[in-house]
Amino acid sequence: MLSTLIKPTGGTATVNGYDIIKEPSKVRGSIGVVFQDPSSDDMLTGYENLKLHAMMFGVPRGEWEERIEHALGLVDLKDRAHDMVKRYSGGMRRRLELARGLLHRPKVLFLDEPTLGLDPNTRESIWGYIEDLVRKEEVTVIITTHYMDEADRLCDRIAIIDLGRIVVMDTPQRLKRAVGGDIVRLKTRKEIKLDFDYIKKIEKTDHEVCLTVENAGEHLQEILSHIGAVESVEVRSPTLNDVFLHYTGREFREGSWDEPAEGGYIQRIIRQRARR
Amino acid sequence: MSELSGLQAMWLREIKVFTRERSRIVSSIFTPILWLFVFGGGLGSSIAIKGLSYQTFIYPGIVCMSILFTSVFFGVYIVWDRKIDFLKEVLVAPLSRTTIFLGKVLGGTTDSLVQTTIVLMLGPVFGIGYSIHILAKAYLVILVLAIGLVSVGLIIGSFMESPEGFGMIVSFVVFPLFFLSGALFPTDNLPGWLSPLVLIDPVSYGVDALRGTLIGVSRFSYLYNISILLLFSMSMVFIGTRAFSRMKI
Repeated sequence: MLSTLIKPTGGTATVNGYDIIKEPSKVRGSIGVVFQDPSSDDMLTGYENLKLHAMMFGVPRGEWEERIEHALGLVDLKDRAHDMVKRYSGGMRRRLELARGLLHRPKVLFLDEPTLGLDPNTRESIWGYIEDLVRKEEVTVIITTHYMDEADRLCDRIAIIDLGRIVVMDTPQRLKRAVGGDIVRLKTRKEIKLDFDYIKKIEKTDHEVCLTVENAGEHLQEILSHIGAVESVEVRSPTLNDVFLHYTGREFREGSWDEPAEGGYIQRIIRQRARR
Repeated sequence: MSELSGLQAMWLREIKVFTRERSRIVSSIFTPILWLFVFGGGLGSSIAIKGLSYQTFIYPGIVCMSILFTSVFFGVYIVWDRKIDFLKEVLVAPLSRTTIFLGKVLGGTTDSLVQTTIVLMLGPVFGIGYSIHILAKAYLVILVLAIGLVSVGLIIGSFMESPEGFGMIVSFVVFPLFFLSGALFPTDNLPGWLSPLVLIDPVSYGVDALRGTLIGVSRFSYLYNISILLLFSMSMVFIGTRAFSRMKI
């Protein structure tokens, strides 16, 4: 909706001071969008894609060459500028589109799942480029992502959207603090009763207990001696995964260390996909 | 200014892609040749129409057929653009939908003109002599007809999700337009109840105008034909811009 591709069913919003319903053309002139799916023409070269973009976005003719050069340099694609896009790898294509999104010097750049389906190396380099461009260009970057580590690394402010509503918006640090403490995971089959002030939350599954504990390092000894022997213990500071769980009541299951091989897991993933 | 350079961008892209897809050019020229030589030659050896050899008679019709097929099928590229998501990139540009539509029409019309020119070069083989005057009149017909038919293709394409679906629908449109246009036989040979259909088929007027221009046989005057074609094209462009502004990704 903010990119004016979809009309809102109600209400409105402003981007760079322009109303998305009344002045869609001005909004489109102030934003750059890098879509989740590749949207460059693979029958054209990288350079040609950028040039078309410059023409369509009203970049003054005299500045085309210079800006294309600059944008290609930013994403290290100068060597391959005159190859057809169909000979690019997925990561190169994403980089090209990142460069394209910047070409007309937008005030706001939207990146829709910028590293979806890329290998860790490529993700790392794309992140590098994004950090780089925020440092070098005057641009606000809005990223949508399913990867909590990506959000944690790149974003100054994070909004968590659940079932179409923003449930919370804050800096990553403050969001993590809001969880209330460190996460302690105990693997045990014992029945556990704990009643300490510093334990903020107890969640039990089959043979696993998940505690949210203030200053876990200090209190772990006490907790363990209260319970007795356990199969294993994991202590970690809260991540955005926990934040997400905290605010939505659900968790991305990908990182879970005890995954029953049954239908529940698959269903969760499918539900998450369906919700997108 | 930005609208104009946007228009130029859309056009440039079509030309670039067109010249890179050699198979498209080859196949689009191959079909008319097949019709002219195999169908025209095979069936035509025993027939003469209005004192002309059958091949000469259908030649202007085959030119129109080539315009009809390339132009309407061009609409598939808007479906492809949607499929490869290039459409999003275009729609997110600060251009009006009218510009986007016109850019596409310009691109498609250029494709059509290039291919038709190649078919026109076969003319002398069928005893057709060209002069500047004849060519100017012929190209006016070709241009106006192509603009209208490219618009038809794009209008259909703007509603379609898949290239396969587009192919299906377009066959339903293209073949009746082709067979009723009188490209292959004089339309007065058709049963009377079909003649209203012939009259509402815009391609009929293209065929008639070209036949009049190239081989001197026609039903209506050139001016009458070209006026109807202009009316057709302008309405299609108008409907097309509306269809594009309603188009969703």
